Amino acid sequence: MVWTALGAFLVINAMLLSASLLVFAERRVSAFIQNRPGPNRVGPLGLLQPFADVLKFVLKEDVQPAQSNKFIHSMAPVVMVVIAMTTAALIPFAEGVVVADLNVGVIMLLALTSISVYGVTLAGWSSNSKFSLLGGLRSAAQMVSYELSMGLAVISVVLIAGSLNFMEIVEHQNSGGALLGWNAVRNPIGCLIFIVTAFAETNRAPFDLPEAEEELVAGYHTEYSGMKFGMFFLAEYVNWFIASFFIVTLFFGGYLVPFEPQLIALFPALEGSTLLALLQFGSLMLKVGFFAFLFIWVRWTFPRFKYNQLMKVGWKYLLPISLANAILIALGVVLFGAVGL
Amino acid sequence: MFGDFVPLFLMIALALGLALTLLAAAAYIGPSRPSETKTMPYESGMDPVGSAHERYSVKFYLVAMIFIVFDVEVVFMWPWAASFHSFVESGAGLGVIAVLSLFTFILLVGLLYDVKKGGLDFEQ
Repeated sequence: MVWTALGAFLVINAMLLSASLLVFAERRVSAFIQNRPGPNRVGPLGLLQPFADVLKFVLKEDVQPAQSNKFIHSMAPVVMVVIAMTTAALIPFAEGVVVADLNVGVIMLLALTSISVYGVTLAGWSSNSKFSLLGGLRSAAQMVSYELSMGLAVISVVLIAGSLNFMEIVEHQNSGGALLGWNAVRNPIGCLIFIVTAFAETNRAPFDLPEAEEELVAGYHTEYSGMKFGMFFLAEYVNWFIASFFIVTLFFGGYLVPFEPQLIALFPALEGSTLLALLQFGSLMLKVGFFAFLFIWVRWTFPRFKYNQLMKVGWKYLLPISLANAILIALGVVLFGAVGL
Repeated sequence: MFGDFVPLFLMIALALGLALTLLAAAAYIGPSRPSETKTMPYESGMDPVGSAHERYSVKFYLVAMIFIVFDVEVVFMWPWAASFHSFVESGAGLGVIAVLSLFTFILLVGLLYDVKKGGLDFEQ
């Protein structure tokens, strides 16, 4: 119990720290992509920039718009932060290292992520601004539409692994030889659909319509300032980081070190040792780092969808494709067996 | 069984504590000097026209309804997916796939009808 509490505390702090690092990383990488220096004045290489930002958030006035619903206006960012942080409890960091090892982990993940629709919609509705309302509605329709395809992509993984537990899904990818066991290899269409829907669910470009600045000023957080705006910002970056974790966990072998069975065969002493756990954590973080980078890369490369295109992609393409993919994967499991390819 | 969920609730409690602390810190440390112009809802520098809580496009309700239909479908697929391996082991794999394909087909016809009727067209 004490260890669980300590673990939960550590995970939340790690998420806070990585969110601030990601803010910095995004600003520097986008600057690099656009051939300009980016923030490089606060601290060595500008590394203290996120902390300066946090100070600004706390020290600035928190403006409450007139005729807004004060309670809902304050609670919307709280919902966003709580949901973003809670999802981190489900991530397996190494073999047996997870805050909440649920046998229905996958369902819990989808349940938690769908609650964040409430945060965005309530923020938009309670601000008493037309831009916020439109942003909130758009975002509700968008997240709801892409949630279906995301659920179906995850179902195709569950069909292969035969379990709803994240740890078991990761361990299952250890079978079938080296990297070939990764679900990205066995289920490439599901992997692509999951990555696309992860972008849509986290409201990241090219799916950042809820906050399309050219049309909606800042979307659902137009009327937010000070720390409440900072909390939306924090939730967005934590969501993005956690989305990378789940892309890796479900499709890219999670914490598994590449060629782990062969490595253990070479050095039998590794089995169950702390060194292996550290190696697994390192390999997880490398993979997650790549996908976190992918989120930035895509944001500064692709233009934003129009709203009608967004709905068209979600309902007319992704949904039928992901349904067909789930059935195809089921057929594959029957024909080729669950373990081999 | 229920004990598995205790860490999750602990995480929710910690996250709630963090979020409320941030709110309280900002409320106590930050200045608060509201004025009429400052609290006015933003409308590109003009005085706001009317209330924001007005009617909006019926398309959003349509999307919500279609979502519920398909979400229930996906909910039906979860137990099927979770117990799929035991079906395969007992040799009923192809049978349950056929049943689910029929179920999915009926819903896809519904989606096709909706698309043909223009329920998901946002081009106007």
